[in-house]
Amino acid sequence: MPRLRFWLLTAALTISGCGGPYPQSTLHPRSDFGRAVDHLFTDIFWWAAGVFVVVEALLVIALIRFRHREGRPEPRATHGHTVLEIAWTLAPAVILVFVAVPTVRTIFATAGEAPADALRVEVTGHQWWWEYTYPDLGITTANEMHAPLGRVIQVSITSADVIHSFWAPALGGKRDAIPGHVNRIAFRADSVGAYSGQCAEFCGASHANMRLRVLVDADTSFQAWVKTEQGGPAAAPAGSAAERGKAVFSRSACIGCHTIQGVSPGVIGPSLTHVGSRTTIAAGLFPNDSAHLAAWIADAPSLKPGALMTRMKPPLTDADIAALVAYLQSLQ
Amino acid sequence: MSEIRGLRGWLTTTDHKRIGLLYFWTAFAFFLVGGLEALVIRLQLARPEGHVVGAETYNQLFTMHGTTMIFLALMPLGSSFFNYIVPLQIGARDVAFPRLNAFSYWVFLFGGLLLNASWFVGPLFHAGMLNVAPDAGWFGYANLTERQFSPGPNIDFWLLGLQVLGISSLAAGFNFIVTILNLRAPGLKMMRVPTFSWMTLVTNFLIITAFPVITVGLLFLMFDRFFGTHFYVREAGATPILWQHLFWLFGHPEVYILILPAMGIVSEVLPTFARKPLFGYTVVVYSGILIGFMGWGVWSHHMFSVGLGPIADSVFSATSMLIAVPTGVKIFNWIATLWGGDIRGTTALHFAVGFVAMFIIGGLSGVTHASPPADLQQTDSYYVVAHIHYVFFGGTIFGLFAGIYYWWPKMTGRLLDETLGKMHFWLQFVGMNLAFFPMHFIGLLGMPRRVYTYSPDLGVSDLNLVSTIGAFLIALSILIFVVNLWRSRTRGRPAPNDPWGGATLEWSIPSPPPPYNFSVIPTVENRLPRWRTERHGPMKDPPAVPPAPIHMPGGSWWPMVAALGLPLAALALLTHTLWVAFVGAAVLLFGIYRWAFEPFEV
Repeated sequence: MPRLRFWLLTAALTISGCGGPYPQSTLHPRSDFGRAVDHLFTDIFWWAAGVFVVVEALLVIALIRFRHREGRPEPRATHGHTVLEIAWTLAPAVILVFVAVPTVRTIFATAGEAPADALRVEVTGHQWWWEYTYPDLGITTANEMHAPLGRVIQVSITSADVIHSFWAPALGGKRDAIPGHVNRIAFRADSVGAYSGQCAEFCGASHANMRLRVLVDADTSFQAWVKTEQGGPAAAPAGSAAERGKAVFSRSACIGCHTIQGVSPGVIGPSLTHVGSRTTIAAGLFPNDSAHLAAWIADAPSLKPGALMTRMKPPLTDADIAALVAYLQSLQ
Repeated sequence: MSEIRGLRGWLTTTDHKRIGLLYFWTAFAFFLVGGLEALVIRLQLARPEGHVVGAETYNQLFTMHGTTMIFLALMPLGSSFFNYIVPLQIGARDVAFPRLNAFSYWVFLFGGLLLNASWFVGPLFHAGMLNVAPDAGWFGYANLTERQFSPGPNIDFWLLGLQVLGISSLAAGFNFIVTILNLRAPGLKMMRVPTFSWMTLVTNFLIITAFPVITVGLLFLMFDRFFGTHFYVREAGATPILWQHLFWLFGHPEVYILILPAMGIVSEVLPTFARKPLFGYTVVVYSGILIGFMGWGVWSHHMFSVGLGPIADSVFSATSMLIAVPTGVKIFNWIATLWGGDIRGTTALHFAVGFVAMFIIGGLSGVTHASPPADLQQTDSYYVVAHIHYVFFGGTIFGLFAGIYYWWPKMTGRLLDETLGKMHFWLQFVGMNLAFFPMHFIGLLGMPRRVYTYSPDLGVSDLNLVSTIGAFLIALSILIFVVNLWRSRTRGRPAPNDPWGGATLEWSIPSPPPPYNFSVIPTVENRLPRWRTERHGPMKDPPAVPPAPIHMPGGSWWPMVAALGLPLAALALLTHTLWVAFVGAAVLLFGIYRWAFEPFEV
């Protein structure tokens, strides 16, 4: 049975376009918000394409028909034509009405208002990672947002430092994360999958490395995730590498910046309480595996220019880091 | 009355033609610098996870590319024609304030050098060579630009450079407005003024109204960074969004400051080579004025993702779409100008038509992001990079090249080679479409702009490679242009007064014109003085030799000396040294004092 579920999930992921060739495409919307925007863009695109063909064709025809030929008489000195001027003032104006009306309709339809039973998620941009808080569920996590399929998600976006922009293209348009302001978007995801996105507003050295993922789960797996997140961190078995790692963590600079429930209260960096269950580290930059974790702990700024997390080796040794990696991976 | 020869002649010149050439060569040099920066950017992005440069250098490169192209290349290339051509088109002997004109040029040169010095002076600030160039984008969004997040001198270079350049633009702006309004030849009523001079007038009104806005924004930023104020600091109850409003309130008129001169050039070139008057002259002029006014009401369309609320978004969306109407009207009038003509396919005409063809694409993609919901997917993605380059490269640069090929014979007395010119055109045309068209898809597929690296998973690697190839084709085309310029100096055919059969006054005098331009100031009786139409015959060209001696003002060192005070004052802030500020102020005041009391005869 687990095998069957695995294949079903894989098939669903494939059909939903996840893992497809364009994981960050705006043209493959997977939410009501995304589809509304895509629909509007498609409409405007066809108007624009029509105008493009007509105007460029007129230009090319004029160039070919009236190119210089020997013996062509001197052209008549026409200075203008009032009816024509009025016509080509009105024509674009009329076309723009056809663009403006659905535009305004979509603006109000996608204004970020959500029903009362929407799941609230607070997004805070940091240089250069994302913090997600679920105020109704008591969950704080980083870089990978989990969202249930088919339920409206109300995302409130702000920033802890400079201006960022939260953008998961498949789920809809971006909104800026501005310190001192809260922006809202609301969407209802309609396909299970992992949707990638990234910061869209230039925010300093590692702007390019401020990526994110939104994992849209079926309701049962979302509930399972919530349950795990609400629990404390997994206990490290006595005598294991993970236990040694916990000791390293507790006596190192780690505790100054990172929260692990029951271990440390740092809030400058992402919470690590359940870091072992994430698929990526360093704001979506690397897969969450031993090699990348170790390299990241040893020297984060070399992997992510400007990263506030300092080099940890030295003082940590390779053995320390290996133990830390085991500990972090145990935090499922 | 004869010009001062040699280097001293150029350094002290107040002749609008020489200043125009100085603007041209300086701006063209900065254009090459900005182009080199673009090539490094494209090399870095040719493949995913590129390692040509690091994040820090990349951020400096795209910041300086944008800042250089807009403030040091495109605007001053436009100024080069304002300087050289406008007085000739309106039948004047010079601009209204020749020494102020020289001052504008020197301030521009020093401001540009100040900005670019940031590439080399890192060691003076105890940093590496490539560490102190501006690195927060040409738009310099607060609060990233605050001292807290950008502690180095990078942003200081940027804001002081722009402050200095703003002074140059403002001085020039007033100068050209007064020139066009007051120095027109007898009979040259406003509605007989050539379209290029008209668009120059509108552009300079935009300059004198828009530049104070960014000056205020930059002053706030300067006070925040140097004196501990909190204009953009959230913690003090302010908001960084204030910067965005101030910047775009300047920034959108700036777009029209860059495009209107090119539109003016195209409105001159098309009629000349179609052998037909500009179709709907009045409408083209009025739509230019209308664009100038409407350009003030659309700034927030750069800010749809800021979350200004549905009402503000709807209003700015509507005004932004409306501006497409006068723009469309211009395009239809240009096509109607060609229609029924006898079109000579010169290089200048190629570029003018290229402008129309490419600007349409930029305009239409502009309409797609005038729609806020659609813009929420497009803004800050490569889609917008495609748009801006269709407008500024396909638009402004093609228009400026049309102007160069059209007026070069007038400015130097030598014709450019037409074969090389057409090679230049076609390579640049193909190159720009290869470079910029794929960016529409790159953006729609989810690649944000201003990123030094991207994941191979995005599926945009090959499109990026194509774009890089296009960028190098553009570089090759520019190389051909440089060869053409060089060849024309020695081997170019000497240009007659009027190589193209132009309708306007500049073609009635020798190429290059004598220092006094017109031996006798012409009297203008209609809009196309040098053409025969059903209503009138061509005017008589001024005699080759002036009937009486013409007095022209001599050279002056003082505009340059006064201009030198400004970068010195900037240096004081950069190095936090008070006495340098006093030296800068003293130099500026001394220059102005000597300038004010300089005897008229030198």
